[in-house]
Amino acid sequence: MAWNLDSDRPIYSQILERIQMQIAAGIYEPGEKIPSVRELAADAGVNPNTMQKALAELEHRNLVVTLRTSGRVVTEDLNMIRETKNQLAKEQIDDFLKRMKALGFEREDILIMLKKETGGESA
Amino acid sequence: MSGLVEIRNLTKVYEKKRTALDGLNLVIPRGKIVGLLGPNGSGKTTLIKILNGLLVPTGGQVLINGLAPGAQTKARISYLPERTYFQNSMRVKELLEYFADFYEDFRMERAREMLLSLHINENDRIKTLSKGTREKVQLILVMSRDADLYVLDEPIAGVDPAARDYIIKTIIKNYNEKATVLLSTHLISDIENILDEVIFIREGRLLLQTTVEEIREVKGKSVDSYFREVFAC
Repeated sequence: MAWNLDSDRPIYSQILERIQMQIAAGIYEPGEKIPSVRELAADAGVNPNTMQKALAELEHRNLVVTLRTSGRVVTEDLNMIRETKNQLAKEQIDDFLKRMKALGFEREDILIMLKKETGGESA
Repeated sequence: MSGLVEIRNLTKVYEKKRTALDGLNLVIPRGKIVGLLGPNGSGKTTLIKILNGLLVPTGGQVLINGLAPGAQTKARISYLPERTYFQNSMRVKELLEYFADFYEDFRMERAREMLLSLHINENDRIKTLSKGTREKVQLILVMSRDADLYVLDEPIAGVDPAARDYIIKTIIKNYNEKATVLLSTHLISDIENILDEVIFIREGRLLLQTTVEEIREVKGKSVDSYFREVFAC
């Protein structure tokens, strides 16, 4: 199935991360309706109770809002979305730095390599 | 609240003294998708047949909604047997009528919609359908009931991976939220993501009952790898 979930990590955190990422990336736009728990669970091939829990957590984090008329929608609070996006970016960078350090690179080397790879001037 | 299914000290001894269930104790909760897992000969199908009133236990007790297996419980359990029991000469339409006659909770519209989405013609005879399609038709019939308990014995065995995905989606989309789905399978990795709980049985006894997330969190393993470890020969 298209969600490509790892088989050795809890499903809950993986689907939570994935939907959060999709909101941050604008795949689900601000104010957009989120499919029902059943539909999302069927699409991901996961347990509906687990999907329900993940959506409840997104609601708790104010990324998703439940409206009386139209069900669950993505928040229209753009600051909130931006904050989430920055937070996810920071996690990616921390992860990257950790792995580069494990390979034995120092801060300076990493910066030089990054500049080179992204097309900037090399020192 | 008490469990949907309560099993106490259940035993089943076949002729020639072969023990299939050996003092099994188990509570199956409501509103969950539960995997019944165990090696060949561990007693899964015997348990399923007792739940469906097809076998009489040698000892112990089974209660479904507080009732022993019988006509009343059968009316509330939707059962997918390991082997198909349809007559090959029947048409799909006749099967639908059969189910509608037999089960008060059968939802004809739901079944028709699913058959339509698979482009299955109601006038087709069962024998003209491929094996995979036959399995899908059978599952559609079973999932078109608004039962309290769905018991699916090896629902994805013997079909290709695309058909497996279809079957899994059909289960998720159609089971009644307050109902429980109990399914047995050997293809754990294909199905573990949709399970709330797993029950491991060995030699007719309960070995373990826990949640999928618990196994992943505590053991850092998939249910499939954990099963292989527990039942390693």
